[in-house]
Amino acid sequence: MASDLVHLYMRIDHLPQMWCPGCGNGVIMRDVAVAIQELIEDPELDFNREDFVIVSGIGCSSRAAGYLDFNSIHTTHGRAIAFATGIKFANPKLHVVVLTGDGDCSAIGGNHLIHAARRNMGLTVIAFNNDIYGMTGGQYSPTTPNGDKATTAPYGNVDRPFDIANLATGAGASFAARGDIYHARETIDIIKQAILHKGFSLVDVYSVCPTYYGRKNKKGDAVEMLKWQKEHLVPTARYYSMPESERADKKLIGILSYNDYPEYTDEYAKVIESCRKKDKK
Amino acid sequence: MAGRKKLVIEESWCKGCGICAAFCPKQVLEIQKEKVSVIHPEQCIACGFCELRCPDYAIYLVNVEE
Repeated sequence: MASDLVHLYMRIDHLPQMWCPGCGNGVIMRDVAVAIQELIEDPELDFNREDFVIVSGIGCSSRAAGYLDFNSIHTTHGRAIAFATGIKFANPKLHVVVLTGDGDCSAIGGNHLIHAARRNMGLTVIAFNNDIYGMTGGQYSPTTPNGDKATTAPYGNVDRPFDIANLATGAGASFAARGDIYHARETIDIIKQAILHKGFSLVDVYSVCPTYYGRKNKKGDAVEMLKWQKEHLVPTARYYSMPESERADKKLIGILSYNDYPEYTDEYAKVIESCRKKDKK
Repeated sequence: MAGRKKLVIEESWCKGCGICAAFCPKQVLEIQKEKVSVIHPEQCIACGFCELRCPDYAIYLVNVEE
């Protein structure tokens, strides 16, 4: 037996999913399914299930494209955004949602991320950010915090981490936001906003990896890691009503940057149109 | 249980992570032998927080027909 949501939007014969106990990825995948369901069921909007395409790369996160029952494609490592760009170009009316991991989108696929952001390709990128390469055994990723341990950093990570949402904003993304596992309802709403956004949108969702990152860094089990999120990650309204002194060790959950840049496939269509007019003359 | 909703558990999908039990505002749930159990169904307020954060889709609310 399973909920209506699972029956409607997941490939139930592929479940239960194979992520570890307490892995946050299952929660983010559900957030994506609920966000899409609420958009489709909203009578004031015109979203159709057939118009959604789910694209993923490689890593724990990217198995989600296999579980979600939409038009979906599981691509090569780091190239999800490149495949998604092709899909969007071929049929700009599609809602192309990329499910990727911190390593997949900010290391192996880092260039695709920044250039899709710079071009303002009309994609929605959901980064399942668990601070580690989980599938391959817990190597440090570009988002592993400085000083934290990984199988490849047994004495502590020397690198400074990327903030993926800030990275996307710096590269010119017109929409960048942050979500997490604990604040799942807020994250669903952020994902809806990201899908509704016309240009490139990125949601950096803080996942939890109790098996590799949590255990290596003595962060406790999934429950302890979610308690950390509850205490340190703060939704927008509450964040801005806090005194500044209390914000020092907190991070905002919500939309971090927004700009109304022209969307790439729209601009490309204008070029095609103007060339056609010239040909007719 | 309050309202016209009740909790359903798909035990074979539960991995016993304990997220649902830890964040239930009414202490309705408990992990027993690495699976979730409804120990105080009468206290359930059908808030849906367990379903919202279950990574395995093993617990959910259904509408009860009257």
